[in-house]
Amino acid sequence: MQKIVLLGDEAIAQGAIDAGLSGVFAYPGTPSTEITEYIQASKEAHEKGIRSKWSANEKTAVEAALGMSYTGKRVITCMKHVGMNVAADCFVNSGVTGVNGGMIVVAADDPSMHSSQNEQDSRFYAKFAMIPALEPSNQQEAYDMMHYGFELSEKVKLPVLMRVTTRMAHSRSGVLCKEKLAQNNLHLPEDRTQFVLLPAIARRKNKALIAMQTTLEEAGEVSGFNQYIEGKDKSLGIIASGIGYNYLMENFKNGCPYTILKISQYPLPKKMIARLVNECEKILVLEEGQPVIEEQLRGLLNLGVKVLGRMDNTVSRDGELNPNMVAQALGLKDTCGDNIPELVAPRPPKLCDGCPHISSYNAINKAMEPYGSGRVFADIGCYTLGFLPPFKAIYSCVDMGASISMAKGAADAGLNPVLAVIGDSTFTHSGMTGLLDCVNDGANVTVMILDNETTGMTGGQDSSAWGKIEQICFGLGVEKEHIRVVTPLPKNVDEMAQIIGEELKYQGVSVIVPRRECLQVVGKRAKAKK
Amino acid sequence: MKVDIILAGVGGQGILSIAAIIGSAAVAKGLYMKQAEVHGMSQRGGDVQSHLRISDQPIYSDLIPLGQADLILAVEPMEALRYLPYLSKEGWVVTNKTPFINIGNYPEPEQVWKQVEAIKNHKLIDADSIAKELGNPRAMNMVVLGAASDYIGISEEELKGAVAAVFGRKGEAVVNANLTAIAAGYDAAKKYC
Repeated sequence: MQKIVLLGDEAIAQGAIDAGLSGVFAYPGTPSTEITEYIQASKEAHEKGIRSKWSANEKTAVEAALGMSYTGKRVITCMKHVGMNVAADCFVNSGVTGVNGGMIVVAADDPSMHSSQNEQDSRFYAKFAMIPALEPSNQQEAYDMMHYGFELSEKVKLPVLMRVTTRMAHSRSGVLCKEKLAQNNLHLPEDRTQFVLLPAIARRKNKALIAMQTTLEEAGEVSGFNQYIEGKDKSLGIIASGIGYNYLMENFKNGCPYTILKISQYPLPKKMIARLVNECEKILVLEEGQPVIEEQLRGLLNLGVKVLGRMDNTVSRDGELNPNMVAQALGLKDTCGDNIPELVAPRPPKLCDGCPHISSYNAINKAMEPYGSGRVFADIGCYTLGFLPPFKAIYSCVDMGASISMAKGAADAGLNPVLAVIGDSTFTHSGMTGLLDCVNDGANVTVMILDNETTGMTGGQDSSAWGKIEQICFGLGVEKEHIRVVTPLPKNVDEMAQIIGEELKYQGVSVIVPRRECLQVVGKRAKAKK
Repeated sequence: MKVDIILAGVGGQGILSIAAIIGSAAVAKGLYMKQAEVHGMSQRGGDVQSHLRISDQPIYSDLIPLGQADLILAVEPMEALRYLPYLSKEGWVVTNKTPFINIGNYPEPEQVWKQVEAIKNHKLIDADSIAKELGNPRAMNMVVLGAASDYIGISEEELKGAVAAVFGRKGEAVVNANLTAIAAGYDAAKKYC
């Protein structure tokens, strides 16, 4: 069989399709977006009736996935690492309810924060929810793990977390496909208490979940994804998880002299780790992300095993791994080419020429002039680039939807006027509830919903807000005359600034919607038509 | 054989098409291949790079180690320089000459070219002009690919097959235009010394 070349994300998607997937639920987020996009574009998925439209946010996605699992079908839900925080309520409780049809939650972490706000490691979430986790080291494993993950999920009746990181998600390689499985038939849970987390039921199920941990650990000892690779030199044992294993092997092209424990499945296989600790003098831990394994191995006081890793700076405490960092950690000869010549200038990302946000920010800066700096709260999207020159317009970017709620908190403290800047898709993701708080409290906040009619930063996915923003704002209680729509074009900047100025003076909640389609999406549509 | 290539440019200049062609040729040939690329925010006019690795042995790391790249293939000259720490001592730099100036502090182009010319093994190719002369300015990336084709471990025939595989659904005219651009780049590199 011919290998097909797939991104890590695409290997997950194709693996899920081949393993009998019935639906994917997701909100776009780098580096997870391509999983869902692949399924949306797949002719095969379309023919099989696999459900794949975008969800409003990660929480609704996981909830819908759990609902599909309730019916006995196999389902995946995908998000970037910080999306796990949005989904956490349902995600953690899904460990207690358990699943019916196989359910895999794919979390794509972004160490080094190429396109993110923090470096959180989703393996903590799996441990927190006490469910199994898989961490592929390459595209083939990512593919294979979907078959295995569904099987495991249905066997132990728990959701399975699949954790990948940016390099795996966005790297291509040849993948050999397996036999295709049919979708599950509808079959409802046998026990009608399973999904009802009344305290009495939840207490019983929580005990069952705790009792299940040994079984989950044993699964990781025998699945083959955790491998004990014996070496001759016992002065060092190496635990390498996920793609950390690749960087290790990159440094030993003719074979590694040390014993290696390759970890790609959690909870950690205690027996294998005990063997490694018994056989080797000290242990080096190489993991992509936060020191999840290392911290457990050290324990609070670090009294037992001699451990090297991120926590003692053998490996950098932050940032993603690379082959050179691992070479240094191993004390091997490191390589480097010439330095970057001094004249090379940084080329930071910026708003595209003709982007509607440019006119919006020019208008904002003009309107805010009389009030001075520090009054514009922004959000997550391309428009966060409004922080950079030439605009220097915004003062916050924290999490999806925080612009509106933070502006409200500041207004409640007496900062007047304040402006919140949020995108259309971010608004329906997590901004609506903050706006409701503003309305209910009569907060003196002006909200600009920059409507480029798409989810722009992740590449132009359909926005849940499309065609609904004014209705939503009106429905939440914003007065009709204070919901104003403008067209963000250079020639309209003065008029826009005038309107923003009027609404800033209004003592109450007002919404301004600059609406013009993202140029990237316009270009894509024109291309697709050809 | 093993070839490690850093592809460099600015978001939107077409380095991923170059990667797709080389990758497709490698897989058709039965070689192992890994190609790490950049998605997300940095695509917006920022510097983008892709690590492309081809080998007849299994490849572990998705990233090329510093100091071990055999080739930096760049569609913009300052971007070629940005990845010099990756280049091995005997490695080649093949780059387009035309600067892409979307920042206020872009250095003097002559100074950038001088730096490229100071690299032991280099080809500085005016790919924009060559593509324009061919009446196909957007094929600049293919001109650079052609100029570098001696250093990627893929034969001319295999490269042609990959162009047909990658652009085939866009029609014969597109395939031929790209092949012409690759050939022109190859000739320009031969003349460069």
